[in-house]
This record gives sequence, structure tokens and C-alpha cells, in this order.
Amino acid sequence: MEERRKERLDRGIKIRTDKIYALMSWRELSYLTMPRLVLIVGILMLPFVVPGMYWQRVISIVCVYALLALIFDFLAHFVGLVSLGGAFFIGVGGYLAAILNTSAGLPPIVTIPLAALIGAAICTVLLLPCLPLRGVYFAIVTLMYPLVAARIIEALDILGGTDGIMGVESFSSTWTEQYFIILMTLLFLFGIRRLVNMDIGLVFRAVKDNDQAVRASGINITLYKAIAVFIASGVGCLSGACLVHIYMWSGISLFSLDFSILPIAATVIGGAGTLVGPVLGCFILVPISELLRAFGTLRIVFYSLILVAFIVFRSEGIMVYGQRKYHQFERWVKI
Amino acid sequence: MGILIYGTINSVALALMALGFALVYGISRLPNFGHGALYVVTGFITWSFFRGLGVNYLISIPISIIIIGIIGALIYQFILIRVRGMATSEIIASYAIGVAILEGLRWGGFKGMTYTLPVFLEGSIDIGGIPVDFHRMIVVGAGAGVVIFLWFFTHHTRIGLALRGMAQDERASLMLGIDSDFMAVVAMGFGSALAGLAAVLLLPLGNIVVESGYNVLILAIAVCIVGGLGSWMGAVIAAFLIGFAQILTVVYLGSHFQMVVALLAIILTLILRPSGLFGRQKELEERV
Repeated sequence: MEERRKERLDRGIKIRTDKIYALMSWRELSYLTMPRLVLIVGILMLPFVVPGMYWQRVISIVCVYALLALIFDFLAHFVGLVSLGGAFFIGVGGYLAAILNTSAGLPPIVTIPLAALIGAAICTVLLLPCLPLRGVYFAIVTLMYPLVAARIIEALDILGGTDGIMGVESFSSTWTEQYFIILMTLLFLFGIRRLVNMDIGLVFRAVKDNDQAVRASGINITLYKAIAVFIASGVGCLSGACLVHIYMWSGISLFSLDFSILPIAATVIGGAGTLVGPVLGCFILVPISELLRAFGTLRIVFYSLILVAFIVFRSEGIMVYGQRKYHQFERWVKI
Repeated sequence: MGILIYGTINSVALALMALGFALVYGISRLPNFGHGALYVVTGFITWSFFRGLGVNYLISIPISIIIIGIIGALIYQFILIRVRGMATSEIIASYAIGVAILEGLRWGGFKGMTYTLPVFLEGSIDIGGIPVDFHRMIVVGAGAGVVIFLWFFTHHTRIGLALRGMAQDERASLMLGIDSDFMAVVAMGFGSALAGLAAVLLLPLGNIVVESGYNVLILAIAVCIVGGLGSWMGAVIAAFLIGFAQILTVVYLGSHFQMVVALLAIILTLILRPSGLFGRQKELEERV
């Protein structure tokens, strides 16, 4: 039998557009900007396209998950901290927003940024002792944080106990709600993409690849990890605060495992390490899980199985696959 | 006196839950987050045999333990072996499998108070004025039996020695002709069977509910981490530490705090001493 292998070559236009020549023709300009424009316009158009109030609400929820998936990808694949505790960020941000809104009477436009900043500080301080941990140890310890927070609130009966905090103010209309959180998603998506390509992003990636080398260069690893966690938990707390204002309620279900698992599934499906992939993964997974809501807990079975299938058999994800097809020729050649 | 007796019982229960997890992690470095699911599934298999098909209780127990061992081995052989060595993928994949199993059971209608297994022996006995039922005594005896059996198995049988060799140095054991993939499958099978054994011993004390799967997982992780991942004797000692700590908090603080103790134990151990009390990891592998 004749043996063949698949050869991959970069497209000419990709090589040209890597350089300054990108500005030479409309074709090359559009090659560079089209994918981004399609994404931005597509997401901005979504509230007009979907039918009915229910699905508009789903868009907001999708964006909450998208932010979480984004920071999971950022922490795991650019800083090397695999954080299974997305729910902790959501919970801290959500409770802070609820308290600021119900006790201090601040409007959502003030509580959300405040909750994000204070929440980021709280999460960073709480996670600080775990930052030297590596790999599986950090993953386990972060998985435990939301669980312990929920149990402590339950046991001490503080912050409304199992009933949660009711009567949180909602956004002024569904349109402000959707566009606020959609713009936040786009802002942080492109912001973090920019961040990882700046100098500080270089240090982050070096910490992930070889922390001893970074240390030998006289750079404080824990400081950089703390900065990364501060950024990530700020985004996470922001999405948690938005979620509380969407639901007008804050309770211990904010710490539930859903918020830790679904973003990870989205990252695996969308393509790890691309930052766009996780967001797209959320836009695929969350609506599917909404469609399957009629099946009750069977939908969790579905997406667990999808997750297993992807992580075991197709671990590159949709986005990496898509980028390859976009940038490269593939052809079979004889060996 | 009550604290001493029930602390011991609780500790042995914890040790039973954790040994399977410790065994699998110790040998194949797989943090098996599907452990809790295997535990609950055994309960349902036993229940189906005993109540559904009307098989004798004493026969349905060993059958279901063997079945769960095979299920565990199959999960490893066909799914988890492909992500072997990638710690994060292993955690996510095994956890997803566990969640799929548990939520599938919940969807299949296994919820509520209706699913119970009978205790082995009715009745109770007074020890120092404290009534202790026979089943709990059997649990303690069985726990001791399992620990002794495991020690004998890993020190005096071929497979046990091979497993221990792999746990200590995988490359060296490969050179000595030990098939490490096959041994990992065997270890997973044994670990699952131990989870099943814990299930048939402990589930008669309460109802079979899906939630207990998640709790068992957390408790098993707590015990293994405090004892040091991969150290079996450490796991047994840690089970006693956490077991007594839990009983003491229940007596002096209230039963809400039982889970908090386990979770805080995990976090504190990981922060202060990631390799646990008896772990033999290298310091540099776990923290910077």
C-alpha cells in the first residue's frame, strides 16, 4: 500500500500579512480583519436576531459564561494556573454586588465595577497562599474554594444563609443588560488578547513554560501570578455581579459547580489557548444546554459526554482547527 | 466515650472511602474524580440485583463489587488511558465521566428516600454505656480487614509487588518487564472495587442518594491530600485525623460544619504542606 502523509503549508497571503505589506491591498486587509469583524458584528447583532425575551436572556447568560471561559483559558494556557474555581469568582462578585446594591443602595452601574475591583482584591488575597502550588495541586485547591465558601455561608447562616439575598435591582432594560455585558465580553476578549502579547504577557507565558528560568532572571514569580489572578478574578467578579443583577437575586447557587465546569467544557470544545475559542464554545454549549432543558439533568450527562469525547479524542478544539484551515493549505503527499 | 467510639467508626468509614482513590493515584498518578460516581453506582447495582432481580443479598454484594471493578477497568482502558500523564485533562475527563454517571442516575429516577439496602445484622450492643449497632461494628472490622489485606497483597503477591514497583519508579519497572499500561488498568479496577466495597459496607447506614457521590469524592480527596497523595498508610492515618475532627466539630459546633472541616483540611494542607503529612513527593514538583 502506498503510504501518504498530510503536508501543511502556510498560505501566501498569511505570510504576506504577517509583515507590513498587510496594508497594501484591500484583499489582504480583509484577510486580516474579516474574522474579527465577523465575530464582533455577529455578537453585536445577536440581540436583534434571536426570537423573544427568553432567548435574549440566554444571550446575557452566555456572555457571563463566556467571560468565565475566557479567564479560565487565560489563567490555564497563558499563566499556567489551572483554576477549577470559576464559581468562586462568580460567587464573590455576585454577593458583593448584591450587598452593595441592597445595603448601600448603589445603582448597578456603580456596583458592578466596584464589585469587580473589591472582588478581585479579595480573591487575590485569598488565593495568594496557593499561588506557589503547581499543576494538579492548584487545580484541586481552587476546586475546593467555592465549595467551602458555600458550606461556610450555609453553616454560619450569614449573608442570607440558604435563602440568599433577595430584591437586587435589575438593569434598566433588557437592551442595556444585553449590550452592557456583550460589550464587556468583547472588551475583555480583545483586551486580554492584547495583554498576552505585551511584555507582561511574555512574562506570564514564561512563568507557565519554565518558572525556574523566570526566577533565575530575577523576576518575582508569585507577584506576576498574583497580577494575573487579580486581572482574571476581576473579570470573573464582574460577570458574577452582572449575573446577580440579571437574576435580581444572589444565593449559594452562585458557588455551584456549573460555573466551574461549563467554562472548562467550552474551552476544551472551542480550542484551548486561543482566547476566542472559549467564547465561541460558550455560544455553542450554553444554548444547547438551554434547548435540552426539557430533559432535566440529562443535559448535564450530554455535555459531560461531549466534554469527555472532545478532551480524549479531539483535544485541539474548534478554533485551532478553524485557524489551521484558514491559514494553511493541506494536501496529501507521497512519502 | 461516645466520641471515641463514633470517631473510630467515622474514621474507618472515611478510610474505606479514600483507599480506592489513594490506590489509583498512588499507582497510575490518576486523580480519579469519578470515584464518587463509582461508589454510588455500586449501591444501585447491588440494589438492582437484590431488590430488582431478587438475588440473595450475600451473593449480590460480591457480584456488584466485581462488576464495578470491571467497569472501572473498562473506563480506564478505553477512555482515560488516552489522556494519561496530562494531569488537568485527567481531572477534567474523569470528573466529567463521574458527573455523567451521577446525573444519568438522577435522570433515570434514582432519587429520594426509596432506595435503601438492609444492614447485615440487626440489633446493637452496649459498649461502655453507648449503644453501637452490629452493622457499624462490621464496618470497623471490614475496614481493618481491608487494610491488612492491602498490605499483604502489595507485599506478598506478584501483581501487588508489580503495582508497588510502578508506584515507586515507572521506568525502572518497565525495564523489569512490568506492563505499565496493563498495571494501571488493574489498579483502576482494584480502586473501583474498593470504592464498591466501601459502598456496600456504608450505604446500608443511610439511603442511596446521588448527592452522596459528590460528598464521597470530596471526603476521599480530603483524606488522600491530608495523608499525602499516593501514600496508603498516610491515607489511613489521615482518615483517623479527619474522622475525629469531624465528630468533634459535630459535637461541639453543629453538624453543618462536618463538610467544612474536610474542605478546610484540604485547603490548609495544600497551602502548608502540599505533599501531605506522609507524602514522599519532591518539594519542587509541587510548588515553586
